[in-house]
Amino acid sequence: MLTVNRYKCCYCGACVGVCPTTALELVETWLEVSADCKECGICTKICPVGALEVKA
Amino acid sequence: MNMNCDVVVVGAGPGGSMAAKTAAAAGLKVVMLEKRQEIGDPVRCAEGVGKRAFCQMVKPEPEWIAAEVKGARIYAPDGSRIVMSEDKGGSEVGYVLERKVFDRGLAMEAARAGAKVMVKTRALGLLKEDGVPCGVSALRIGEPLKIRAPLIIGADGVESKVGRWAGIDTTLKLKDIETCAQFLVSDPKIDDQYTEFFLGNTIAPAGYAWSFPKGEMLANVGLGILGSRSKPGEATRLLCSFMKSHFPNGKVVEMVVGGDPCSGPIESATADGVMLVGDAARQTDPLTGGGILTAMQAGMIVGEVAAKALAAGDLSKAGLKEYEDRWRADIGGHLARSYEFKEFFVKLSDKDLNQLIGSLAKEDISKMDLRGMLRVLFRLNPKLLWELRHLVI
Repeated sequence: MLTVNRYKCCYCGACVGVCPTTALELVETWLEVSADCKECGICTKICPVGALEVKA
Repeated sequence: MNMNCDVVVVGAGPGGSMAAKTAAAAGLKVVMLEKRQEIGDPVRCAEGVGKRAFCQMVKPEPEWIAAEVKGARIYAPDGSRIVMSEDKGGSEVGYVLERKVFDRGLAMEAARAGAKVMVKTRALGLLKEDGVPCGVSALRIGEPLKIRAPLIIGADGVESKVGRWAGIDTTLKLKDIETCAQFLVSDPKIDDQYTEFFLGNTIAPAGYAWSFPKGEMLANVGLGILGSRSKPGEATRLLCSFMKSHFPNGKVVEMVVGGDPCSGPIESATADGVMLVGDAARQTDPLTGGGILTAMQAGMIVGEVAAKALAAGDLSKAGLKEYEDRWRADIGGHLARSYEFKEFFVKLSDKDLNQLIGSLAKEDISKMDLRGMLRVLFRLNPKLLWELRHLVI
């Protein structure tokens, strides 16, 4: 499961731009993860603050 | 609630606002949506623009500009440096803007030209009739809203959805995005006359670090690294090390992060009833990461084409071809060349970078533009730059 550390996230939207399934949506300061997420982990690499993690 | 208009612009950054302003000035009924409650904030940008090109498109209000610089200094990994003057330094030096004020100012110009600006209004998807887009569904301060419009302009930035909804795949590969972190730094050692660029694979792998002055003893100090060379949190971690090595006494008063597209021109920035502009169309300079001017330029073209296409009554992809042709002619060629430079640059080792910058030490490059400098670099380092020969000659 993709988890968002809300205390780290700076809501820049870089993750949204690389998501291959359009599963992410940035709503002001809130990053939404939809059921379309395939847990590929691409977004976790791009995150400039390390707020995203795919957890088993 | 339902609304009707000629054009709905999604996103109120520089690209969206220029599009809205131009289209409204041409007499169209324009609605511009901004999902945030405040336009321009939080910033995701180093805020540098070339003065001449900027002033050709807008008459800048004094409060839009935080600093004006004389030139740029570029540092090799070994610390040696070259200096370029402002008028030759390319499009990323000249003014350092105050984006929070500038973006709102530009949206205000769009509003004054007649566009309706709606903040805290997020597009949720395209309305379609027989498969053809005819507006957007949105959420305005939490309430559903349908805006019917025959033309939709996607100016929704790095996280653009409009293109993908219309069938244009704008998903960025990790090798085509720079992930960036930046601090606003107060430090007496900051020279407010120059922008500075720091190269090196330790400092910023396949990217660079920068210092863009924002006034006396104040600068945007940041860095970007290529997504394919990043790991979780790497941009911020590297920026903290860069601060320690280069601004040990700097005081951080603001933090900014963001992703910068560097994919070069995309295959198509139009679909039936849809045009993309700015970061949404990946119209960012892949080498420098600069995207304000190209977004504004494309925004003006989009606004003009919108008026013509509506008058002609053809909003199909074919009817919007003029936009495709004009943005490619005006900025596409530059972006494509820049992409080739970037693809080459990201492969360079620190030794290569030292050699290139070092080779210019005895040359007078103060009066050269980037192209002229590349010619000299090629003459001095033919072996290293052989791959780029077709771009230099």
